[in-house]
Amino acid sequence: MSLGFDPARESPADAAPPRRPPPLIALTHVSRNFVQPRGLADRLAGLFSGAPAELRVRAVADVSFHVEEGEVVGLVGESGCGKSTLGRIVAGLLPPSAGRVFFRGEDVSALRESRRREVALAVQMIFQDPAASLNPRMRVSEIIGEAPRVHGLVPRSEIPAYVDEMLRRVGLDPAMKRRYPHQFSGGQRQRIGIARALAVRPQFLVCDEAVASLDVSIQAQILNLFMRLREELKLTYLFISHDLGVVEHLSDRVLVMYLGRIVEEARTEELFARPNHPYTQALLKEVPRIEAGRRLYRGIGGEIPSPLNPPSGCHFHPRCPWAMPVCRVEAPPLIEIAPGHRSACHLNTTPATV
Amino acid sequence: MADAPTLRVENLKTYFFTRAGVVKAVDDVSFTVERGRILGLVGESGSGKTVTGFSILGLVDPPGRIVGGRILFKGVDLLGLPPEAMRSYRGARIAMIFQDPMMTLNPVLRIETQMIEAVLAHEAVDRETARQRARDALGQVGIPSPDERLRAYPHQFSGGMRQRVAIAIALINRPDLIIADEPTTALDVTIQGQILYEVQKLCRERDTALIWITHDLAVVAGLADTVCVMYAGKIVERGPVDAVLTRPLHPYTIGLIGSVPSRNRRGKPLQQIPGMAPSLIDLGPGCAFRNRCPRADAACGGEIAPIAPEEGREVRCIHTTPADAA
Ligand SMILES: Nc1ncnc2c1ncn2[C@@H]1O[C@H](COP(=O)(O)OP(=O)(O)OP(=O)(O)O)[C@@H](O)[C@H]1O
Ligand SMILES: Nc1ncnc2c1ncn2[C@@H]1O[C@H](COP(=O)(O)OP(=O)(O)OP(=O)(O)O)[C@@H](O)[C@H]1O
Ligand code: SF4
Ligand SMILES: [Mg+2]
Ligand SMILES: [Mg+2]
Repeated sequence: MSLGFDPARESPADAAPPRRPPPLIALTHVSRNFVQPRGLADRLAGLFSGAPAELRVRAVADVSFHVEEGEVVGLVGESGCGKSTLGRIVAGLLPPSAGRVFFRGEDVSALRESRRREVALAVQMIFQDPAASLNPRMRVSEIIGEAPRVHGLVPRSEIPAYVDEMLRRVGLDPAMKRRYPHQFSGGQRQRIGIARALAVRPQFLVCDEAVASLDVSIQAQILNLFMRLREELKLTYLFISHDLGVVEHLSDRVLVMYLGRIVEEARTEELFARPNHPYTQALLKEVPRIEAGRRLYRGIGGEIPSPLNPPSGCHFHPRCPWAMPVCRVEAPPLIEIAPGHRSACHLNTTPATV
Repeated sequence: MADAPTLRVENLKTYFFTRAGVVKAVDDVSFTVERGRILGLVGESGSGKTVTGFSILGLVDPPGRIVGGRILFKGVDLLGLPPEAMRSYRGARIAMIFQDPMMTLNPVLRIETQMIEAVLAHEAVDRETARQRARDALGQVGIPSPDERLRAYPHQFSGGMRQRVAIAIALINRPDLIIADEPTTALDVTIQGQILYEVQKLCRERDTALIWITHDLAVVAGLADTVCVMYAGKIVERGPVDAVLTRPLHPYTIGLIGSVPSRNRRGKPLQQIPGMAPSLIDLGPGCAFRNRCPRADAACGGEIAPIAPEEGREVRCIHTTPADAA
């Protein structure tokens, strides 16, 4: 049995009231496909080679997990494995192709309009690409102050002071608030995105590489702010990052994704101390440290599997040092291997024959 | 000039003349990058790293202006070049990987079109050869199914994939100098390793010089020969990478290294430098770090000239001795 919350079974409508409140966010069997139609020339070529008329990317494949109120859940995985897509689904910005998303036990696709707006405000996202997510024609004061004003979170007369306070929190001088986004440095723009998300007083924050372009000192300031808001307001986070040092420092629990699937999930200390999935093991081995000094980097051996044409069975099998015949054929299910520790690897059910 | 360094920047000053005042984004910056060498450029967010890169490429737009200094590329002063000549340097001999990959990529064109154009702009080869080069370049940056991916548009890529395409375009003409601005911020360690491998190979085999702007000190440690640390428009510390990272001298560098998460206890508040970076508008004389510095005293308000405490190192601080640290 999966440890994950299953609203289908625990639905408040037809079951006895659950003892615990429902998790803040729960996803059940969520998938998301993208279709890239082929151009005419490709289609003509395809007539002869038998290639399909469109390319299909399964960016997220049958993902289920939940986040409890006040929790910080880290999400890591290779570039292109579907983290941002999953983040956008959780934030309600992208509908899943299949599966359901629950906010405090309510199916978000079935909300009435007024409630839908409330939830949309309660769940905010800090985008990976700050430049594209800020309106270039708005001054910073408007970018940050607009939503709190429109939604009546702050009295109109107090908006300027509120904006100043938000800017100071992310380490920006309020004197810069009349500037436009292009007049800022990359890391300053990223902090404007953070200030904008925090300004609506969300309950849940999807942070997509939210501190990636900040120097470590400002990064520390922002991460400390996140941790403080968590303590003071029970602010809850899905924290997407490739920086394992940051994820380890901040998260209670970590999800590891590989080509659209969650392959491992565990509490942070457990995951870093006893990584189970061979992909997680490979990932953790590479964590760069300053102390390591100068090094000779090595290229990735072999072909990197493509989400356009994922390998059969376990998606990781072409790169896995332990791959067995069954790995090529059958996708390993995500099963519980220790309390709260799930992993999707055949080694847990079929001992390797070495 | 055969033995001139690939790049020598001397006393560069780039200011933005805004209505609120003069923003001294780059203020008296000097450094040299020899052939085949890698310079790591780190520092506070907003300290002028990107503007330094833009200045070298002649991409500073009004109200910004280079108001002083020289930029010598293989001995040629780029600031004296007419715009057409500068354009022919850009992309072919000097390439920049922008912090925002969409500065390189056109959202309405297929990746293929953009990469082929990048090749053809600087070299007379036929289209199929150019396409082949584009395909190989995508493979080099770890993008699988390059043939199919070439047909996609930028928005169909993940953030890290866009970043990698921008890297591939910069590498495609094998320039003499690459300025890489936060090129691997959104990449996982595996893909990052692949890219650093390609970059090291380029420097080794083709003597390409590299400026690697990053906040990732572990990458600087692994990749660069020398490092420059910027704060408020100035280089406050410079030296061999291992010396600077293991024995930082400037109080800002010391604070920066102390903030790295792996040096802090899990779950506990991270060490951060107190206070806020000063506004770069009308910064007076004196050390710009003094209002945040644990060692600051009255003398720090005066003019601070760089000193050379050891061979090959330089610091803009008057309190760098062990006694100051106590
Ligand atoms: N068009 C502009 N008008 C006014 N100020 C500007 C403009 N462009 C940049 N600046 C200012 O110049 C300073 C240097 O910016 P730059 O982009 O070089 O910083 P950076 O060191 O690259 O920072 P980051 O690490 O955050 O990218 C910043 O403080 C920024 O606010
Ligand atoms: N709008 C889209 N159309 C087509 N394909 C898309 C679209 N958005 C994402 N994809 C594809 O979905 C896959 C997952 O993308 P996603 O942005 O979720 O990755 P990611 O894990 O966030 O990667 P990164 O770490 O590089 O940001 C990629 O193969 C990408 O090409
Ligand atoms: S299922 Fe097989 S291929 Fe996949 S990670 Fe486990 S051992 Fe490796
Ligand atoms: Mg992403
Ligand atoms: Mg920058």
